[in-house]
Amino acid sequence: MSVVTQLSEQELQEQFEARIAAGEKIEVDDWMPEEYRLALIKLISMHGISEIMGALPEKEWVPKAPTLYRKLGIMAKVQDEMGHGQLLLRVAEDLLKPYGKNRGDLMIDLFEGRLKFHNVFHMETKSWGDAGLIGWLVDGSAIISQTNMLGSSYGPYARALQRICAEEVFHAQHGEAIIMALVEGTPEQRALVQDALNRWWESLLFFFGPASKDTTGTSKQDITIKYKIRVQTNEELRQSFLSKYIPRIQSIGLTVPDPTLHFDEAQNKWIYQEPNWEIFKKIQRNEGPCSQERLALRRSSYENNAWVREALTALVN
Amino acid sequence: MTNEITPEYKKAVLTVLYQLADDDYLFSYRGSEWLGLAPHIEEDVAFSSITQDTMGHAKLYYTLLEELGEGSADSLAQLRPKEERCNSLLVERPNGEGYYKEAPNYDWGYAVARNYIYTTAKKAKIDALKASSYAPIREVAVKISTELYYHQMHWTTWFTQLCTATEESRSRMMKALQEVIKDAGDLLSFGKSVKHITACELIESEVAIKERWLAIVTPTFEAVEIAIPVLPDPIINGRDGQHTDDLTSAIETMSEVYRSDLAASW
Ligand SMILES: [Fe+2]
Ligand SMILES: [Fe+2]
Repeated sequence: MSVVTQLSEQELQEQFEARIAAGEKIEVDDWMPEEYRLALIKLISMHGISEIMGALPEKEWVPKAPTLYRKLGIMAKVQDEMGHGQLLLRVAEDLLKPYGKNRGDLMIDLFEGRLKFHNVFHMETKSWGDAGLIGWLVDGSAIISQTNMLGSSYGPYARALQRICAEEVFHAQHGEAIIMALVEGTPEQRALVQDALNRWWESLLFFFGPASKDTTGTSKQDITIKYKIRVQTNEELRQSFLSKYIPRIQSIGLTVPDPTLHFDEAQNKWIYQEPNWEIFKKIQRNEGPCSQERLALRRSSYENNAWVREALTALVN
Repeated sequence: MTNEITPEYKKAVLTVLYQLADDDYLFSYRGSEWLGLAPHIEEDVAFSSITQDTMGHAKLYYTLLEELGEGSADSLAQLRPKEERCNSLLVERPNGEGYYKEAPNYDWGYAVARNYIYTTAKKAKIDALKASSYAPIREVAVKISTELYYHQMHWTTWFTQLCTATEESRSRMMKALQEVIKDAGDLLSFGKSVKHITACELIESEVAIKERWLAIVTPTFEAVEIAIPVLPDPIINGRDGQHTDDLTSAIETMSEVYRSDLAASW
């Protein structure tokens, strides 16, 4: 202990960076620079709250799932997402302790716009095709971005992601199964999927975030890469997504709504029509198609349940 | 054994199965409307797990009906009109005001009271099915028992906690309980076929099941110092196909996608 207190901030920082460089895992009670803690809090609380907000668009289709089998499947999936949220918010709460903040504060941050939820969950769902597409391609994207952080320098996050990624694989299979049933079905069912893809394509490009801060003015990817919280850049992730899914999308006879899309052998990358990043920026300000409506749903349930929280607190005390 | 059953016996089996299936199906639907809106995230996970188990139970019953030649389990769940449904009134009541997708105004007190009463009644029935003369029903009852044990524990805990935590929570629970009991008249009823069902020894008598239910709930009501509610006579009897318009709109929502193309495979 005395040794630690004798170290200057500078030396602590150097030791910390050496641990990161050596691939060591940082644990919750270890010394960490504030910049690192804050980056983790921002990343993990956003990830956690996104799992929970992400349950809302899919929830719209839980009661409507067409068969008993599909009802059970989508129920299990959405329940998993809530479970991911729970797991991640616990990790975030541990990091928040030095600031005297807890989950309740995160909820307030969400309602007041300080804590964002993932851009993909601000979008509208219109048909059962969307329920399938979300599982297949949005969860597919989530697998790519979460796998990118599996080796995260922060131990508790890396371990949570391990469990989450294992479940995400089932989600993508669940989504793919819905999609396959539809594309192998009637022309109308097929059209449902193509229509869903048309509407979700831009959101799928938004999913990994802007390529650099030149696009939208801000990006947190630099600091997370510096501290080995993640490995690949946003654009590298998007390229992985395109490489994995474009062939699959085309092989089941769907058309990507971008006539310019092609793989450029010389540059060894996918060339695609840039989405409208102005829309992305609006979503980030909670001005997306369903941002306010989903926040309102969460907020009203939070307010309706205030007496329950009070009752539970009274029981503990 | 299934080859030897008489048409009269089969009719009784079908009646019992439809009541059990429709109850759990609607109950699970009401649970799924709550998804994402529970008081905290841990509860959302637990509640949706129970909702999912319950849909699984409905599927078991509908599958038995399918095996008895009643049509596909999905069409039985999705397409039967209100008049053919045999669920109790309690499960068709909405969770509160507002459609689940737009500004639902649901009360957790009502949810806990309804889930507690429904689950204890279900427990009484499942126990009363374990000696059923019809083997497939006995087997399903045993399967359901294990999961039901956790459901019952879960809702008993919530019910007890909220009845005793604060003055406000207690008074809310008393009010919610009243609402629930008012609708619970047909919960333990078999409807007009009661004599036939009992004679076929498919399940214990209504009286015996009520006793079972009382034995289950008495310790809890004593612990929270609330008088054990008396189940009223039914306002309408869901077992005989009497229902409210709330059931119609629930069926419409649940079967919206399925009905959009009946010939398609989903
Ligand atoms: Fe997830
Ligand atoms: Fe997922």
